[in-house]
Amino acid sequence: MMQRRRDRRILVGLAFAATAAIALTGCSAPSTTESAPASEAELEGRGPIQYVSSPDASGAAQETIDAWNADNPDEQVTWVELPLDADQQRQQMVQNAQVEGSSYSVLNLDVVWTSEFAANRWITPLPEDALPLDEEIPATVEAASYRDTVYGAPYYTDGALLYSRTDLLSAAGVTEAPETWAEMQEACDAVLALPEAAGVSCYAGQFDKNEGLTVNFSEAVNSAGGSLFDADGEPTVDTPEALTALEFLVDGFESGMIPREAITYQEEQGRQAFQEGKLVFLRNWPYIYKSLSATDGSSSVQGKFGVSAIPGEDGPGVSTLGGRNIAISSFAENKATALDFIAFFTSREQEEARLALSSRAPVFSEFFEDEAVTANYPYLPTLLTSLDNAQPRPKVVQYGATTAAIQDEIYAALTGDKDPESALADLQDKLAEITAG
Amino acid sequence: MTSSTTAPPAAKPQPPRRRKEDRAPREGGMAALLLSPTFIVLVLVIMYPLLSALYQSLFSAESGLDANGFVVEGESFVGIGNYLEIFAGGESGRFYNALWNTTFFTFVTVALETVIGVSFAVAMNRAFKGRAFLRAAILIPWAIPTAVSGLLWRWIFQSNGIANDLLNTQILWTAEGFAAQVAVIVAEVWKTAPFIGLLVLAGMQLIPEEVYEAAKLDGANAWKQFLSITLPLVRPALLVAVLFRLLDSLRMFDLPFVLIGPRKSSVETLSILAWDQSNQLQYGSASAFAIILLVYVAVIAFVFIRILGADVVGDADKQAAKQAKKQAAKFAKEAGR
Repeated sequence: MMQRRRDRRILVGLAFAATAAIALTGCSAPSTTESAPASEAELEGRGPIQYVSSPDASGAAQETIDAWNADNPDEQVTWVELPLDADQQRQQMVQNAQVEGSSYSVLNLDVVWTSEFAANRWITPLPEDALPLDEEIPATVEAASYRDTVYGAPYYTDGALLYSRTDLLSAAGVTEAPETWAEMQEACDAVLALPEAAGVSCYAGQFDKNEGLTVNFSEAVNSAGGSLFDADGEPTVDTPEALTALEFLVDGFESGMIPREAITYQEEQGRQAFQEGKLVFLRNWPYIYKSLSATDGSSSVQGKFGVSAIPGEDGPGVSTLGGRNIAISSFAENKATALDFIAFFTSREQEEARLALSSRAPVFSEFFEDEAVTANYPYLPTLLTSLDNAQPRPKVVQYGATTAAIQDEIYAALTGDKDPESALADLQDKLAEITAG
Repeated sequence: MTSSTTAPPAAKPQPPRRRKEDRAPREGGMAALLLSPTFIVLVLVIMYPLLSALYQSLFSAESGLDANGFVVEGESFVGIGNYLEIFAGGESGRFYNALWNTTFFTFVTVALETVIGVSFAVAMNRAFKGRAFLRAAILIPWAIPTAVSGLLWRWIFQSNGIANDLLNTQILWTAEGFAAQVAVIVAEVWKTAPFIGLLVLAGMQLIPEEVYEAAKLDGANAWKQFLSITLPLVRPALLVAVLFRLLDSLRMFDLPFVLIGPRKSSVETLSILAWDQSNQLQYGSASAFAIILLVYVAVIAFVFIRILGADVVGDADKQAAKQAKKQAAKFAKEAGR
């Protein structure tokens, strides 16, 4: 009797344990993936399709879809909304591709996923004459291509801006926005000597261990004249240029030019610090412009800040490109409809209408100089300068492993766990291993 | 990966069970028939994914690029290669670190939760005005989804957050290091101590008042009463609660993930490691991590049940009642002497 009860206990215990682990094991179900069928075939088939993307709080995407559906009763578009978190979006799209599901036709991809999806043949090459690529900002078209073939239509774009406290700078007699790191340091020294700058630090970006760190590091390397990968896709991070870039950041933390707490900053924490008046300069995306210029009293820097292109080692810096592309899933039905929808979705008219609803930067350069538009979005001309110079993040197929390796090594250098030379040497080794396949 | 919130078995009054020999022979077949849907569901939702993960963990994804830059993909059978790689390969340091973090978090948080949870229960067990309100209030942290409470604590612990304001320090809680571990422990204990408190409270309410009265007559002070009556009598309920928490925190994922971030070595747990691998499409080694975690959880559960005899099957109240009666008789005898 006693023995039996004990056995029963063990069984029940095991059942609990099994339940506990189910959540984990459940997500590893997809098995062997044969390489997908080559899909350079014609884009054929008409009928209903699905548009798959993150939720859009501005309602702008919904308006475009409604407009399309009103004109194309036989080729209706259904919107499949994925979670807001980008990693989860990618995972769902990857899983759909691995089971070759036809329920996702048109995919809204982050620019950094383009290479991975194209190389796995999860998305179909697009005929270049179907899209107005000539009129779009070259860097955005480049970011939608893999090995000189266009796989996506640029949807919106994003680049780095340097936000600066113009009130403090002019009080210190600095009138020009800094173009180099040295100029930025000089401007800071002048500002921090002022009595009204008590408690203010010089500069911050996104240095917490997440995608923001990869963006900021690759910007620093490109701005110092280096690159993370060469034209053949071989890693090139163990170079004097990359070392200059990393030392700029490491020394910044050591000298206090970058405040110590910036190691915990993602986009929002940095925005908050700048908005509370704790920073002279901040590298961030255009989206924070709106909250910084809020007139309801929530921003203590309203009317006191300006934007410029980010600085570099010897001249203006090189921004990392953000944004989204729209691509067609290789396993979709009705690809002809999908192509028409993409052309409609990313057309000039739709981009213009959307700009009024959401502050996402269009991919047509002409908008950036249109005075009617720039009156509402004064940062657009600066952003265009930034984008003209911009570089996509590393175009590697194993982007996930690449960005993880960059974050591991650079974060270790910034927190002082590794010296910059060995961090870069280790990073070079890791990246070589990842790109070797 | 939601936490299991199964109703505490100890708290449910159950009808007296019949012994096996009392049953008619045909009842067995009937029972099997009635239970079969449950078993089919169990096989489908537990056994199949489990075996599939086990099978998957024996493969490794290989990929290379062909001349046109397309991925040439295949999976090769590597046997226990994934496991060897995890235990002794170049990246094994990361695994041992995650194993240590998982163990460290589990034992520290469960120990703290037990102490705090029991004191909650003692506080809640007193009869006073607004008791129902206090009970509901104590449960709120448990009701908040872990990811949300992770965000909440992230704001509290950010560099210019409330934690630093209150302590008047400049600790970078969400960067790497011991401070990050402390942040995770604080948030986890805040969230789950009420759970233990509630289960223990349920156990306490089964203790007959006469036991305490006898003890009082005997001159036992409050501390003595707690040690020799309350604690032994709530033991079955407490052990079940602790076991639940052990199993739950061994697979801790969302709190360190949201509060500190993925791939931060000071708070990386086995679950986060498995997630990271599957995110890189390395399903083979992700499955291997999940299986290792499963075995680890099973071993801990086994040891715990074996050593402490946690009663997870559900005859806790019967035992408690029996013990209470024994205790009462003892006190009555001593008092009558």
